[in-house]
Amino acid sequence: MASITIRGVKKNYAKTQVVHGVDLDFASGEFVVILGPSGCGKSTLLRMIAGLEEISDGTIAIDGTVVNKLEPRERGCAMVFQNYALYPHMSVAQNIGYSLKVAGVPPAERAQRVQAVARVLELEHLLDRKPMALSGGQRQRVAMGRAMIREPKVFLFDEPLSNLDAKLRVQMRSEIRKLHRRLNATSVFVTHDQVEAMTLADRLVVMNGGRVEQVGTPAEVYSRPASRFVATFVGAPAMNMLEGTVTLDGLSLLGGNRKLNVSRTGLPVGAKVAAGIRPEAVRMVAPGAPGALAATVDLIEELGAGRVIYVDLDGAPFSIVTSETVHPEPGSTIGLQFAETDLHFFSSKTGARLDVFKASVPEPAL
Amino acid sequence: MEKRVTFGRWTIGILFAVPQLLLIFTFFYWPAGQAVYWSLTLQQPWGGGNIWVGLDNFRSILANADYWNSITASMIFAGISTGLAMVIALVLAALTDRQLAGSWLYRVVLIWPYGIAAPALALAFRFILAPEAGFMAVVNRVWPGFWDPGLDGADAMASIIIAFSWKYVGYNFIFFLAAFQAIPRSLIEAAAMDGSGVLRRFWDIQFPLITPTIFFLLVINITESFQDSFGIVDIMTAGGPANATNLMVYKIYSDGFKGLDYSGAAAQSIILMLLIVALTIVQFRFIERRVHYR
Repeated sequence: MASITIRGVKKNYAKTQVVHGVDLDFASGEFVVILGPSGCGKSTLLRMIAGLEEISDGTIAIDGTVVNKLEPRERGCAMVFQNYALYPHMSVAQNIGYSLKVAGVPPAERAQRVQAVARVLELEHLLDRKPMALSGGQRQRVAMGRAMIREPKVFLFDEPLSNLDAKLRVQMRSEIRKLHRRLNATSVFVTHDQVEAMTLADRLVVMNGGRVEQVGTPAEVYSRPASRFVATFVGAPAMNMLEGTVTLDGLSLLGGNRKLNVSRTGLPVGAKVAAGIRPEAVRMVAPGAPGALAATVDLIEELGAGRVIYVDLDGAPFSIVTSETVHPEPGSTIGLQFAETDLHFFSSKTGARLDVFKASVPEPAL
Repeated sequence: MEKRVTFGRWTIGILFAVPQLLLIFTFFYWPAGQAVYWSLTLQQPWGGGNIWVGLDNFRSILANADYWNSITASMIFAGISTGLAMVIALVLAALTDRQLAGSWLYRVVLIWPYGIAAPALALAFRFILAPEAGFMAVVNRVWPGFWDPGLDGADAMASIIIAFSWKYVGYNFIFFLAAFQAIPRSLIEAAAMDGSGVLRRFWDIQFPLITPTIFFLLVINITESFQDSFGIVDIMTAGGPANATNLMVYKIYSDGFKGLDYSGAAAQSIILMLLIVALTIVQFRFIERRVHYR
């Protein structure tokens, strides 16, 4: 177990900077997920912690020791790679035991520890096989075993589930979670899959364009996204965004076509903002209901337990998730209603969250 | 399911195979058959018929000390030059694969020697290794008589080994580099995470994974060192001094076309062919077992 402290870390490749100064603190035993779209620098950051990439600027410390100049083997980290990176010419047992062999652990003890790890991962019957003869899920488990056997201070996962099929992915997800509870080693898990991120993380780090956008528990990130990017990246379907201008009594939306009454925005009149509302927070009502926004139904996606209704709000796309068994006809008009407190405001210019309801009591529905 | 093209009638299949069969027959089986026939007869040097002598040609060659000397020289040449060419190429390719400074330079430069014809490079090495001028002259000045390939058989052997290895280092390098680059980067990184240092990773991960390439190059290098050495020997030493570099392939030429002993040369070429076949079989039987194919 170890804490990780990242201070002002930057990464340059030749002239391009891909990580622009990251500051993070991971507590001992914490399961941290770094979430972001591809190319956001999340894997690079992980590889800098591992020691596979040089740190261009700033420091990374594990348990208070700055590791910038240490070789990967001196950092006490173990890593699970996206393509598993199993040694093709070694059996499962040799793959798992390789780090012990390098460390000079005697064969008898090595075999015993390999057995112990194999038992936890249910690989005992596969120890003599070569990686070629294993299924994707089994290879994944061998890769985990190879990381586990070293009893590392820090576990690093580089999108380890993205090569698995959907069902196996869900299964491995819960196995990783259980394993973490059992080993309680500090874990850093990189992914672009928000469901993986939400379900695994004690704490979530959302990255975009080489910067950290938000750090928080999955619930915090979902309910109070720190930026417009986080708001639209976390949650499926994505949060609806309506561009508007602050007026005396609320917001003028979509180039002045629609008005939204919002009390006490606390924002200067004339400010350009984006108002966000989660599809799950929108209710469908009769088109003429007071305070409702009228919209035209485009498409309905049936999910079994609920449905996603895509509507058109004067040319702006908008979606609603509902569990009611209603099936409005495509092309028909429906009304949309939501609570003022469910609105998130973001600056149109910077994308930063604007906290406007801080002092206000939750308002009844409009 | 494997997709297979099938022909309605077997005659069409045969027709497609005919051009290739003709080439193989004309340029391999026919000359090889002729050589076998000549080796069993006594050809007259000025033409005009021959006499069937059975295995007499083989008996007389194998009873000749000069011939055994030639086999020994060929074996020494093959062993040392293959070893040198492969080890040097392996080290250079491993360094280039690590992207050390200047690696782009070798990548380009090391490919060239293989493109040079054997006689041309032999001529160059004849000047480079000349005892009376250039670098070796300086060495000879410090240690008089240290280097004289014209008189000392070991020096002459060393010269042709250097020239041949120099050519095949480039060839081997290309294959080794391709093999190293085919190893996924993440395997090396995984080994680094497992605590393995640069040399350990080379022996535990990279070396086993390039064994198919090592095996392939071993077969090719040994075969070529028996055959492709002709031009180098002819220009640099002409088999001398005192037959020290009279390799099997050169002896076939000098006995056949200079000594006009066609039948003896034919028998020698059959022995050389059988030797190469035998060596290749041995390599497949005993070395291939240690190769890890992925």
